[in-house]
Amino acid sequence: MKSLADLQAIRAKTLENINMRKEDDKAARVVIGMATCGIAAGARPVMLKFLEEIKERDLQHVTVSQTGCIGMCRLEPMLDVILPGQEKVTYVKVKPDMVDRIVTEHLIGGTPVTEYTIGAAEG
Amino acid sequence: MRDLSLHLLDLAQNSITAGASLVTIRITVDEQGWLTMVLKDDGKGMSPELLARVTSPFATTRTTRKVGLGIPMMMENAEKAGGSLTLRSEVGKGTEMTVTMDTRNIDCLPLGDLSGTVLSLILTNPMKPEFLFEGKTPRGACSFDTREVRAALGSDIPLNEPEVAAWLQEALKEEMDPIFGGVS
Repeated sequence: MKSLADLQAIRAKTLENINMRKEDDKAARVVIGMATCGIAAGARPVMLKFLEEIKERDLQHVTVSQTGCIGMCRLEPMLDVILPGQEKVTYVKVKPDMVDRIVTEHLIGGTPVTEYTIGAAEG
Repeated sequence: MRDLSLHLLDLAQNSITAGASLVTIRITVDEQGWLTMVLKDDGKGMSPELLARVTSPFATTRTTRKVGLGIPMMMENAEKAGGSLTLRSEVGKGTEMTVTMDTRNIDCLPLGDLSGTVLSLILTNPMKPEFLFEGKTPRGACSFDTREVRAALGSDIPLNEPEVAAWLQEALKEEMDPIFGGVS
């Protein structure tokens, strides 16, 4: 059973992580489109999959956030991966089973998965 | 939208965009199978003019295109299932949406993964607003309040920190899935 008392211990560990993150400049962001179009196309399972992978691999420097509709609904679910010092990379028509490669090759390895990007879909 | 939980995830975003500090979600299913979902916020509210046209697919506050389908699609799905969607709103006070559906109706949407929706809402809005979820079905009652989580955790920690997110996911599942079933 989870209880609110667990949160005391989590607080201590999380503060440590936040301070560690402040010191290094590796902070990466994943931004997922979660407007009506994104949700209808399946953005939620994609987001939950990212959270699962980040937890499993203990990627303390990655944060997941959301954005609205950017006007390309037919390409949803869409997401951006933003690594420090690099241009943002936009992935389109993302399915939960594509998340593993994006995490391994891009968030950890630093190399975008080119065939999933908007450039490959629209180019 | 394939299920009610996805509609909820979508519509709650309207409350967040309206600057709510508390978003309250209540879902009840009574013994006869009538489902009522109330989504209430203390955001900026809507003028009577906006309120009158907001159920039209051609009303939206977004700037990227001229259609807004969130509310009209929920309304259509509610009406297909013998129910309705009603809105009350007051500028400066907030908005309350009530959706009813007859779960015995063959066209009624499945509930979907409600704990996954509440989790997504919290994690994508880690500092503000607060979320209060209350559920009641013939199987029992459940509730979850991010204000309690924040009081125990400390208000300086965003709720999407990985350790906190993992705790939230487990806690929400334990609280909500026995009441609503954990179908995804």
